[in-house]
Amino acid sequence: MDWVLNLWFELPVLVQIGVKIVAIVAPLMVAVAYYTLAERKVIAYMHVRVGPNRVGPKGLLQPIADAVKLMFKEMIVPTHADRYLFIIAPVLALAPALGAWAVMPFTDTLVLADVNASLLYVLALTSMGVYGVVVAGWASNSKYAFLGAMRSAAQIVAYEIAMGFALVGVLMAAGSLNLREIVLAQSGGLHQWFFIPLFPLFLVYLISGVAETNRSPFDVAEGESEIVAGFHVDYSGMGFAVFFLAEYANMLLISGLTVLLFLGGWHPPAPVAPFTWIPDLFWFLGKLAVIAFLFLWFRATFPRYRYDQIMRLGWKVFIPVTLVWITVIGVAKFFTPIGHWFG
Amino acid sequence: MHGQRIQPTDEQMSFLQIVFYIFAAILIGASIMVVTVRNPVRAALFLVLAFFNAACLWMTLEAEFLAIALVLVYVGAVMVLFLFVIMMLDIDIAQMRAGFTNYLPLGIIVASVMAGELILVMLSGEFGSAQMPRPGGHGETYSNTEALGQLIYTDYVFAFELAAIILLVAIIAAITLTLRRRPQTRYQAPEEQVRVRKQDRLRIVQLPSGKEDDA
Repeated sequence: MDWVLNLWFELPVLVQIGVKIVAIVAPLMVAVAYYTLAERKVIAYMHVRVGPNRVGPKGLLQPIADAVKLMFKEMIVPTHADRYLFIIAPVLALAPALGAWAVMPFTDTLVLADVNASLLYVLALTSMGVYGVVVAGWASNSKYAFLGAMRSAAQIVAYEIAMGFALVGVLMAAGSLNLREIVLAQSGGLHQWFFIPLFPLFLVYLISGVAETNRSPFDVAEGESEIVAGFHVDYSGMGFAVFFLAEYANMLLISGLTVLLFLGGWHPPAPVAPFTWIPDLFWFLGKLAVIAFLFLWFRATFPRYRYDQIMRLGWKVFIPVTLVWITVIGVAKFFTPIGHWFG
Repeated sequence: MHGQRIQPTDEQMSFLQIVFYIFAAILIGASIMVVTVRNPVRAALFLVLAFFNAACLWMTLEAEFLAIALVLVYVGAVMVLFLFVIMMLDIDIAQMRAGFTNYLPLGIIVASVMAGELILVMLSGEFGSAQMPRPGGHGETYSNTEALGQLIYTDYVFAFELAAIILLVAIIAAITLTLRRRPQTRYQAPEEQVRVRKQDRLRIVQLPSGKEDDA
């Protein structure tokens, strides 16, 4: 085994980093592919249907078939579309969704880049995802796409503020901007996880996460019953596939961040025997899967919000809630006997 | 100017230098495109690219908090709103170009004044690698965010609070200026909608059936 390690450290740093990136992105892409299948299956069972069951055993090869089909389809650029921006837009949507995974700590030691301000980095990168949607909507030169882009831009800007304030609460409680240290601050069992002292922020973060990823019930940017498919109505083939990848990679990212920030990351619910037998990585991935399931459950359950209701919820409900709770954290941390609970 | 600050002392430095020149080249290219490209939406997107590369340059100077704040605030929020407005404008490029020769003399004067001022400042001896050496040499545990927070909330707390109050006043002023209550507009009052009860809206009446009426 030693010679493998020695060989590994002999490699140039760039090659090492490249291998690590592949080791994160490749499983992520597989996860995204099967997340789409999971979505169709879960929603189908909630609707008392069966879902895809034709390709492969129990429909397990369906995402592969979808990917192959999309890859071999022609990508049509509409007349009078801005050709370059039209092609760049899906890339702009996918790049931040993948880039943010660079600082995701899967366990205490398993992290590609353990940077100081990783929470800020994630926030900055996810805030760039909106460009994919806006540029796509504008470059398509189509009314429906443009309406979708406008809705998305206003919605994402609104919910980003609430999301940012929720993160401020977390970093106050943890006393660090480093995701790994935020998780370490929640060690010691279920009662130490931040979702208990920061419960309002947990809710705000989770719901804002659904809104940021343009998922149902906040999917007015796509709004297939009103504006066909919103910002990506004119995309076909690979362009559409990349938007699809970006959306699902973002959902997994938000799920992962929720787990890290509020649900104790890789920590088991209690640091005692039967729980600690399961490796840390599986705890993290298991919690991530639960939150990811919530995304699908929401879609099967809730009708779409009306646009003005979305705006009202973001600006008039979530932002005041987060502001109040940040004050509560500050006061509780320094002036009450339960301050240690808040980090 | 920035290039001189980064002195190659070891292998890592020269790598940093390569990174610097890549980002700087993209930054300058993008900035030129902002003013030369005809389509305003593209110009705004090039400005986004310029901001992003400036952030990357700050990152190489170990100012990661400023770098990420630049991306978060300018790229993530301000420029999105900018694009939002620009995309809605109906700009006739031919009409815009018609006034080009009229505005050219004034433009040249303004540009040369600005360039002259910049040159004066640059040549004043206040800039250069001697006056502003490359910050750095911090250990791995150094956190730029923490250091900035320490300064802002201790030494510069009054200036910081003052800036906060000015911004708050600006927010309130902007809202009051744009807030118009028009009587004909109908607003939704969700709290009233939630409070409503069945008996407020629904009245069950016993109507005699039609046949008895006829009889």
